[in-house]
Amino acid sequence: MTEQTYAPGTHPDLPPPSNTVGPIHWLQVNLFSNIPNTIVSLVAIYLLAISIPAAIDWLFLKATYVGETRNDCARDGACWAFIGERLQLFIYGFYPEAERWRVDLSAIMLAVAIAAVLWERMPARGWMLIYAAVYPFIAGWLLTGGMGLTPVDTNDFGGVMLTVVIGITGIAFSLPIGILLALGRQSNLPIIKYFSIGFIEFIRGVPLITLLFVASTMLSYFLPPGSNFDLLLRVLIMVTLFASAYMAEVIRGGLQALPKGQKEAADSLGLNYWQAMRLIILPQALTISIPGIVNTFIGLYKDTSLVIIIGLLDVLGVGRASVSDTAWVGLSTEVYLFVAVFFFITCFGMARYSLHLENKLHTGHKH
Amino acid sequence: MSNTNPLLKAWYDKETRSVIVQVIAMAVILGFFAYIINNAIINLATLGKDINFNFLWQPASYDINQHLIEYDSRSSHFTATVVGLINTVLIAIAGIILATILGFILGVMRLSNNWLTQKIAYVYIEFVRNVPVLIHILLVHGIMVNTLPRPKQSVNFGDTFFLNNRGFQSPSPDFQPLFWVVAGVFVGAIIFAFLFSRYAKKVQDETGKHYPVALINLFAIIVVPAIVYFLLGSPIAWEVPALKGFNFKGGMVIRPEFIALWLALSLYTAAFIGEIVRSGIMAVSHGQSEASHALGVSSGRTLSLVVIPQALRVIVPPLTSQYLNLTKNSSLAIAIGYMDVVATIGGISLNQTGREMECMMIVMAIYLTLSLLISSGMNWYNNRIKLVER
Repeated sequence: MTEQTYAPGTHPDLPPPSNTVGPIHWLQVNLFSNIPNTIVSLVAIYLLAISIPAAIDWLFLKATYVGETRNDCARDGACWAFIGERLQLFIYGFYPEAERWRVDLSAIMLAVAIAAVLWERMPARGWMLIYAAVYPFIAGWLLTGGMGLTPVDTNDFGGVMLTVVIGITGIAFSLPIGILLALGRQSNLPIIKYFSIGFIEFIRGVPLITLLFVASTMLSYFLPPGSNFDLLLRVLIMVTLFASAYMAEVIRGGLQALPKGQKEAADSLGLNYWQAMRLIILPQALTISIPGIVNTFIGLYKDTSLVIIIGLLDVLGVGRASVSDTAWVGLSTEVYLFVAVFFFITCFGMARYSLHLENKLHTGHKH
Repeated sequence: MSNTNPLLKAWYDKETRSVIVQVIAMAVILGFFAYIINNAIINLATLGKDINFNFLWQPASYDINQHLIEYDSRSSHFTATVVGLINTVLIAIAGIILATILGFILGVMRLSNNWLTQKIAYVYIEFVRNVPVLIHILLVHGIMVNTLPRPKQSVNFGDTFFLNNRGFQSPSPDFQPLFWVVAGVFVGAIIFAFLFSRYAKKVQDETGKHYPVALINLFAIIVVPAIVYFLLGSPIAWEVPALKGFNFKGGMVIRPEFIALWLALSLYTAAFIGEIVRSGIMAVSHGQSEASHALGVSSGRTLSLVVIPQALRVIVPPLTSQYLNLTKNSSLAIAIGYMDVVATIGGISLNQTGREMECMMIVMAIYLTLSLLISSGMNWYNNRIKLVER
């Protein structure tokens, strides 16, 4: 038997022992490490084995994708034919067909505005941010018309377009109002402070749906006699106020997390209140609260679906109208799953982005 | 020189300036309210309406399909409001209980060593919480309406419970006088359990002696009343539902709208609670349980005495807001026709009487009160469990 000898430090690396690598070992550690674990795994595998093939069967294999009414669909599978038939409705609602280019154009401009906000190394970002700030007004003009464009009644708004309109308006306006409310709540001027507290707590204490009812039934009482404003505008105001109360609480968390020394340092430099807030306090407080802000955005976006209760037809509303259509009777599961997937994709995207931001901003422990 | 101008001087003084700013703010706020109230008065006068709550005592003349107190269409709007409020509270309590149980299970699954359960919980949580709760409610309701059989083909659980598209039929209890003895024993057992836990804790704090509190209390609350119940000769007569014609007669029925709303709200909120529980348990440093093991404390008691009390401190505040959310989300009941407070006073009563102002004020006042009650209850609990710092 010959034994090879090595000088210290020259022994080649040996492969890891065969019982600590490979799929078998992975299974041992993760699924069958001990008896209770094995039982749990077996039960889980059994449940998945009976549910997943059945679900795939129903969702895809036995499903019908093309057809004109419910009767064209197979009975033992999902019926996705309604999507193709009603896709236009799902996207544009009842927006006049000749004017739909305006919706498409606003969507493209929205994509640019979002890119400007999210992409930090965009060329000419300063100008692009100004563009993003005025975008809601441009889009408002494009979508409703007037000043050279054919006016479109907001009652014709619907589908994805309406969901996005409500969501983006709420997001764009709730942030500044939320910042003001949060500052108001932290203010040492008692009247402003208690007004902010009262407003925030009132809004957070009632469900959004009661505010929407207020918008649809009694807001007109509080307007000057004879004036009448559009239901969508009233809803937008309520959704914005609702989201700003929640936003204010998130930002207050960020403000409270800042040490007092920051404000004192700003004071000792001779900055006045607004300068101190704009240059020292808010940039730090907003950075801390970005994940919370994005979560509030997601919540707001999901809450837009509530407008169907006062009769606006957003994505869910169009879906619900399809359920009651006699040609597509009994399709509620498919329709709601379709709408659910739509919301899931958009919300999950936002949640992932927030996670990414959180990791990027969470530099404290790494340096 | 501008320094000599008394107005500017006043503006540069911090105290005076804050008074000025507040007076202006007050004037703006009061002015705004005066303006909208004035508008409201003019508008109401034009329509010949007034603000008057007397309509509450007029007959409501509509039916409510789920009422836990006496109600028919001749009852007043006030009774309808109370019925709606009870339904809201019922769904909120039932939802909070189920959501908490499911949420804790999900949170533990997320932290399990088992790869499969961990991933199942992850996929569930991510899917459910990124879809609006209203879609969950409509989806669950839709599935129930489409898949549950007619009463004749009910799913039969031992001829006593039946599940069909009219709801879940179960026997209804008919309490006989002797039953109240059992009820008394039960209440007594709960009081005993409460006092005994305090006593056991005191003994443990002073001497270190440990009683099996959970076991004894469980015995007192469940076994003792059960024994008394059977000794007294089962003083509840159960009325079993039976199929007569096209529907079931007798017994109790839990309506499908309630089941759908209850499941949807619980499943939705459970996803959020699962994440809260997970982060709460992860916030307890691993050294805590290692230290406990090093002291020779068993795994079960490490969990109940070391890990859970510390995790609860992190869990309770966000859990409170989830409970509040669930309660507020229960107002979406109106989408599937469950008659909660929004659907009764804020829906049908409002439409029948045309008194939008009064009805919405009542609905908002009710929700504000509920929110206040839940948050003060949870604050009380939070104060009890929070870290006592010296």
